[in-house]
Amino acid sequence: MATKKMALIATKGTLDMAYPPFILASTAAALGWDVQIFFTFYDLQLLRNSLDDIKISPLANPAMPMPVPMPVMVQMLPGMESMATMMMKNKMKSKGVASLQELRDICLESDVKFVACQMTVDLFEFETSEFIKDVEYGGAATFMKFAGESDVCLFI
Amino acid sequence: MEFNKEFDASGLSCPLPIVKTKKALKDMASGEVLRVIATDPGSVCDMAAFAEQTGNPLLEQTTESSKFVFYLKKA
Repeated sequence: MATKKMALIATKGTLDMAYPPFILASTAAALGWDVQIFFTFYDLQLLRNSLDDIKISPLANPAMPMPVPMPVMVQMLPGMESMATMMMKNKMKSKGVASLQELRDICLESDVKFVACQMTVDLFEFETSEFIKDVEYGGAATFMKFAGESDVCLFI
Repeated sequence: MEFNKEFDASGLSCPLPIVKTKKALKDMASGEVLRVIATDPGSVCDMAAFAEQTGNPLLEQTTESSKFVFYLKKA
């Protein structure tokens, strides 16, 4: 049986949206698939050496369960984002959910290929030194080459 | 059922029971049996899907109180 392939485009940089690409990639790799993630726009934050600054926002997120009902005017106060992030991280830990760092490490250990979008790296003026070393840099053509041979291809 | 190695995934959520089972199988010899214990109810479907896709047969799956126990044979 030929090795299956999965190509992901990851575009979001919030804590909640950072999970799906890493969960799918680590699982597919565990199943023996070849996996490539193309990081673009805000998901480039997931390639930083430290993932400590990845946050979740309660703003414009009415489906996010809150311990107490909170008016939007309160959600926009300074510090609310950090508080929501801390609460979410504690909740995740208590439920045995892996940290982003752990999932990213598993992806790298299992040879998931990380490609950073050169255009958005330049757009946001990131330095490659801010990113982990296991990253290749390329553009849409690089992605299409792998995506064209893939069995599963998702935009997240 | 007899087994050669045990991996306790109790308390872990998706995808950790699967990715860590894969790791546990890595240094085992072909034909050896791995016993996995999990508390994630999703792992019942996930482990069967993992076994089917990786070719490591799921010999048996039992539920003991709130724990799910799997016996996987290394291909």
